Amino acid sequence: MLDRVGVKSLDDLYSDVPKDVIFKGEYDLPAAMSEQEVRDFFESLDSKDEKLKVFVGQGAYDHYTPSVVPYITSRSEFLTAYTPYQAEISQGTLRYIFEYQSMICALTGLDISNASMYDGPTAAAEAVKMAPTCTKRKSRVLVSSSLLPNVIKTIQTYSYYHGTELTLIPCKDGQTCLDSVKAELARNDVAGLIAPSVNRYGIVEDLTGFAEAVHGEGGIFIEYCDPSALAVLKTPAEWGADIAVGDGQSLGIPMSFGGPYVGFMACRNEYVRKLPGRIVGETTDTEGRRCFCLTLQAREQHIRREKATSNICSNESLMALFVTVYMSLMGPKGLKEVNDRSYAAAHYLHDELLKTGKFAEVFDKPFLKEFVLKPLMPVERLHIKLHDGGFFAALETEEGYVSFCATERRTKAEIDALVALVKEA
Amino acid sequence: MKYYDKLIFELSKEGRVGYSLGKNEWTSTTDEIPAGLRRSEAVGLPQVSEVDVVRHYTNLSQMNFGVDTGFYPLGSCTMKYNPKINEEIAGMKGFLGLHPLQPASTVQGALEVYYNMDKALSAITGMASFTFDPCAGAHGELTGLMIMRQYHILNGDLKRTKVIVPDSAHGTNPASAAVCGLEVVVVKSKADGLVDVNDLKPLLGDDIAGIMMTNPNTLGLFEKDIEEIAALIHGCGGLLYYDGANMNPLIGVARPGDMGFDILHLNLHKSFSTPHGGGGPGSGPVGVCGKLVPYLPVPKVVKDEYGQFKVRGRAGVGKSDVRKNADGCEKSAGEVSGFLGNFGVILRAYAYILTLGRENVKLVGKYATLGANYIKESLKEYYKLPIPTVCKHEFVYDGLVNDGSRKAADGTTEREGATTLDVAKRLLDFGFHAPTIYFPLLFHQAIMIEPTETESIETMDAFIDVMKEIALEAAEDPAILKSAPHNAPITRPDETTAARQPILKYQDEE
Repeated sequence: MLDRVGVKSLDDLYSDVPKDVIFKGEYDLPAAMSEQEVRDFFESLDSKDEKLKVFVGQGAYDHYTPSVVPYITSRSEFLTAYTPYQAEISQGTLRYIFEYQSMICALTGLDISNASMYDGPTAAAEAVKMAPTCTKRKSRVLVSSSLLPNVIKTIQTYSYYHGTELTLIPCKDGQTCLDSVKAELARNDVAGLIAPSVNRYGIVEDLTGFAEAVHGEGGIFIEYCDPSALAVLKTPAEWGADIAVGDGQSLGIPMSFGGPYVGFMACRNEYVRKLPGRIVGETTDTEGRRCFCLTLQAREQHIRREKATSNICSNESLMALFVTVYMSLMGPKGLKEVNDRSYAAAHYLHDELLKTGKFAEVFDKPFLKEFVLKPLMPVERLHIKLHDGGFFAALETEEGYVSFCATERRTKAEIDALVALVKEA
Repeated sequence: MKYYDKLIFELSKEGRVGYSLGKNEWTSTTDEIPAGLRRSEAVGLPQVSEVDVVRHYTNLSQMNFGVDTGFYPLGSCTMKYNPKINEEIAGMKGFLGLHPLQPASTVQGALEVYYNMDKALSAITGMASFTFDPCAGAHGELTGLMIMRQYHILNGDLKRTKVIVPDSAHGTNPASAAVCGLEVVVVKSKADGLVDVNDLKPLLGDDIAGIMMTNPNTLGLFEKDIEEIAALIHGCGGLLYYDGANMNPLIGVARPGDMGFDILHLNLHKSFSTPHGGGGPGSGPVGVCGKLVPYLPVPKVVKDEYGQFKVRGRAGVGKSDVRKNADGCEKSAGEVSGFLGNFGVILRAYAYILTLGRENVKLVGKYATLGANYIKESLKEYYKLPIPTVCKHEFVYDGLVNDGSRKAADGTTEREGATTLDVAKRLLDFGFHAPTIYFPLLFHQAIMIEPTETESIETMDAFIDVMKEIALEAAEDPAILKSAPHNAPITRPDETTAARQPILKYQDEE
């Protein structure tokens, strides 16, 4: 091979690299491991992690993953493919993205979904960035303080650098304050509002009046939602939202210490050309057969460069497949059942915890699978007790509450065991 | 590969399910939630059995081409083999079951992965420390630019709002700059494909935040003036950003940190062997030089004086706003994603690095570069080679030498020649993925080829033979190429209609 290239050694291939930037030392890395050593090494790392029964949500939910899902996503034809730029040999990827888009539309009630975003918080940040471009004359975006902390933080980071002015809307009785929204709208410079359907306290927000108020002042309404919960809750379309964003993790993706997850973004027809990221469309091939391809690419970075709607390129395609297979298996009935069981477990937990007398109710509002309580004892003592019993629960929030979550995976016996520990704490 | 026409929705039968949750020990349901908060009708998802799902997606998979299917010489995408032990590690049940907000003391193994990867990537690139929060390459670029801006802002250097980007750069570079609120200034390439230092000099000033460079650049050429460029940028107070999309040829050979780069991102799904997944999940860790470490995003994994791993600056954990705590995050560029990035991808890359070890890491770049030069030299009589010098991991042809076009005596076109698109589509017929085409934009018929170090000489020879055969076909009769592919699951899609009359979701035709 060297002969054909016309060089004498591998080092000659780097004759154009200045001598003083060639690395001459030893790399400070471990010695090469055999496959068995790699496996043993990771097993020993894994043994340093504690496997706890998870009673916390806050953006990552311990829902059950049917075995079919990882079985399908580990197929190498999906796993080891690149972005489907060559449609003729990527119909597998393109079809599942089209199905994914269709399912996101079914959940949200909106017209169009893109092919996925990195995660919920970045999807929210991108949606906030869209608001001024969707409304032209406006510059300020209202952000509900009832959103999850990491969603607010990510929105703040993106907006700080991009130059979108934000105003945090306070909570009233644990949910986004409509009067505060109206007061801000009166200043006539608001491009949009982002608020959650299920918020950081687990409360299912009553979003009546928000879309009307924002639309009345020429802004757009962005709803942050838990897609699993949308199987039972009022859809973004029904609330009058223009854009819906959120994290698909709740659709059976393992918690996996925070990633990979999948962000989603859906919108009304009129904003399709403002959407970031890839979109798959249906068409026909030269023989008239139905097929699929990437479309509306004039929005994207590889065509528009600095004028693109976003810089996003790779997204979370395989995780979009993950949630598509999950939703196919569960269907409308299964997703409803997951929500019903999570709801029942969480409410049982909530009531039993209050009975211990060690917590006080904070909000008397409808919730689904997550809630906060006010602890009437030192949180440290509670945490030690729960941890020693093998639980991760009662996450302390910024406000000094403790947050609990129960999914369909949590049994009555587990809850009873947790409550017994609380009584002792 | 065979054509399969179904969508999962079309397999739906009322009442069919593909799951089992076991006995229900509860009686209450979400029907107790006030009706005004609930959706009015059941969600329109398919109703299918488990076997329906398995067969459907298996059929879909068979219309796909992956690295495991065959050679994937996609330029700038580094489609190297994805080792299978990495999948096993990422799929370990213990790791999958960790909640991202678990107390640090309960996830010491996971945090050690981050800490050790920080050390390993720093060793390979010559940087001081990394964040793993970005979920993809473009996300890493954006994060790196945020760090650049935050550095200038906190220095009170508010005028620095322009970033220099070469005309050969990936589209994500200018797009990331725009998302970060920076103005893009383009620096031209010379005829030999390298950044024109003379064009760069007049752009420099006290309004320059920095430069984004890909080195080797998108033509596969090492920017040999890099030290002069670094001195010029630093001289005007700017920072150097390294786009790690093309890091592969430098792995084990040279380190961006030693060239004067201040910030870089890596694509773990390119250089570090994690699978592309049909367009993600990737991972775009960002490394910085010593003076920029305080500006790295939060949360960040650190090790304390007792050897315990901690997470600095987690949002929403604990009573007070951790960002404002005096725990070393005051200068941080902020939160760029939900938690600590794509842990599952980071695990795979770590397994890859451990398998390579300090011995084999030195072979990665050299073998990748050898393969690219071997193909480049083998086909230059058939495909125009605009830049004939030694390339790094990839190179660019500018279309066919003889595209088969023919002109009539009166100068009108008698026969259309074969284009780069036609060559790419014809390659699919021979069981190869197409190279990257029509990029970089400097050439009209660009064919960008990157073989990677994991391909054997036999695979590359087979590719070379096919490329020759296609060139001969084009000269003989371009129509064979123009109607390609002939044996893929579909022929060419009508992209124009797809964009003019978009159908973007399934609609039941009842």
